[in-house]
Amino acid sequence: MSNESKKIILDPLIDNNPIGLQVLGICSALAVTTNLGTALVMSLALTSVCACSNLSISMIRNHVPGAIRIIVQMTIIASLVIVVDQVLKAYVYDLSKQLSVFVGLIITNCIVMGRAEAFAMKNPPGVSFLDGIGNGLGYSVVLLFVGTFRELLGSGKLFGIEILTTVNEGGWYEPNGLMLLPPSAFFIIGLMIWGIRTMRPAQVEEPDFKIKEVNGTEVA
Amino acid sequence: MSNDSKSGSSMNFLALPNDSTAKTFIMATLVCLVCAVFVSISAVALKPLQVLNKELDKKKNILQVAGLYQDGDDIEAAFAKIDIKLIDLATGEYTTELDAASYDEIKAAKDPALNVKIPKAKDLGSIRMRPKVMPVYQVKDGDKVKQLILPINGYGLWSTLYGFLAVESDGQTIVGLSYYQHAETPGLGGEVDNPKWKKLWAGKKIYSEDGEVAIDVIKGSVAPGAKGSEFQVDGLAGATLTSRGVGNMLKYWMGAEGYLKYLNKIQANGV
Repeated sequence: MSNESKKIILDPLIDNNPIGLQVLGICSALAVTTNLGTALVMSLALTSVCACSNLSISMIRNHVPGAIRIIVQMTIIASLVIVVDQVLKAYVYDLSKQLSVFVGLIITNCIVMGRAEAFAMKNPPGVSFLDGIGNGLGYSVVLLFVGTFRELLGSGKLFGIEILTTVNEGGWYEPNGLMLLPPSAFFIIGLMIWGIRTMRPAQVEEPDFKIKEVNGTEVA
Repeated sequence: MSNDSKSGSSMNFLALPNDSTAKTFIMATLVCLVCAVFVSISAVALKPLQVLNKELDKKKNILQVAGLYQDGDDIEAAFAKIDIKLIDLATGEYTTELDAASYDEIKAAKDPALNVKIPKAKDLGSIRMRPKVMPVYQVKDGDKVKQLILPINGYGLWSTLYGFLAVESDGQTIVGLSYYQHAETPGLGGEVDNPKWKKLWAGKKIYSEDGEVAIDVIKGSVAPGAKGSEFQVDGLAGATLTSRGVGNMLKYWMGAEGYLKYLNKIQANGV
């Protein structure tokens, strides 16, 4: 694999993570991370949709009229999502039942749309496909990271296998109910972004406003 | 997929400027067409698998609530022990007007020809509509009916819970309660799926001596041996509304609007 394609795939994992840096696709990251099983299936679904939509949009990019380009992208993304949803219903019925509406909501996931508009419309199919996979994986990394904390602390399990025996089952671990509710994902993602930006100060954004003086006194 | 439309690069519309009206229309039509074909093919091709999954899932749940299923069992083989009968809720009699094997009570609840509107005051489960006819799954042991499995549904906190109540052939003692579809908060209301909680239902009684529906989910734990404890099940911690929903839907489905007439007949005459 050439250096460039390696960079396209690996960059979104940490350096240019769609959730961590661009803060896109947060809503589904809150919804499907209560356990790792659903987080994993959701990650696979999003990665495949993102890769295929990037590929197909990139193939027709030179012939998409500017006036309807967004709706053309949406049509393609929506079709792919429906197909993925149908496949999940046919082959992993139990998980698709748990994911319920969130697979359908991949259509509105800003990562897919964002990559289509920002990358696939300007680059050839091969790299666009890789870019879709890279960004899908970047999303997956965060989902699995959040899912690990939430499932372990919220229900004492990982992938449904008991790790910490909870009080309900006669053990010692009092599960943290907050971990099972969406706000906990906010906290975890926030802490994670803090961590990444401490390690990579280049990701810290310039503040929009700077306080220069208070009550007539200049502040450094 | 959607790129197929441009494979014939000799097609002259491709030479049109991208922003011309003609090309805009042609591209829009082509993209829609290709996408539509693609979606239809996958939907049609995967349909049989999906229908099968749904049926198996429902059967699995029926078997589970009756305590007849362990992970890995052959669902179809185990289901052979179960007879499906349809009952008319208004009279409590069996009906053969519809085909029992293919009857879908959830679809029927939405079909104006097969459903009845529930008056607001009586709508304990907040389901608004119910089918006139409901299936009953009779678990047989040889020739004798051992258990009755009754489909129930009602609103919890976020979602309608769909499940089954298994009752012994006396029409009074509960064998189990199990939900196969809901979207309650995992870990809180979602604990309706917790095997420990489900075990609490076994042996509870539905009707008090004067024939009223007495079964209920209470807040906190049931004191063993206390008066009325045979009608009470512990509420789920942190899920007051889901617990209340479960209690209410049982009151509704076991009451006069639901299976009361049928169960009364069974109590009087046997199955």
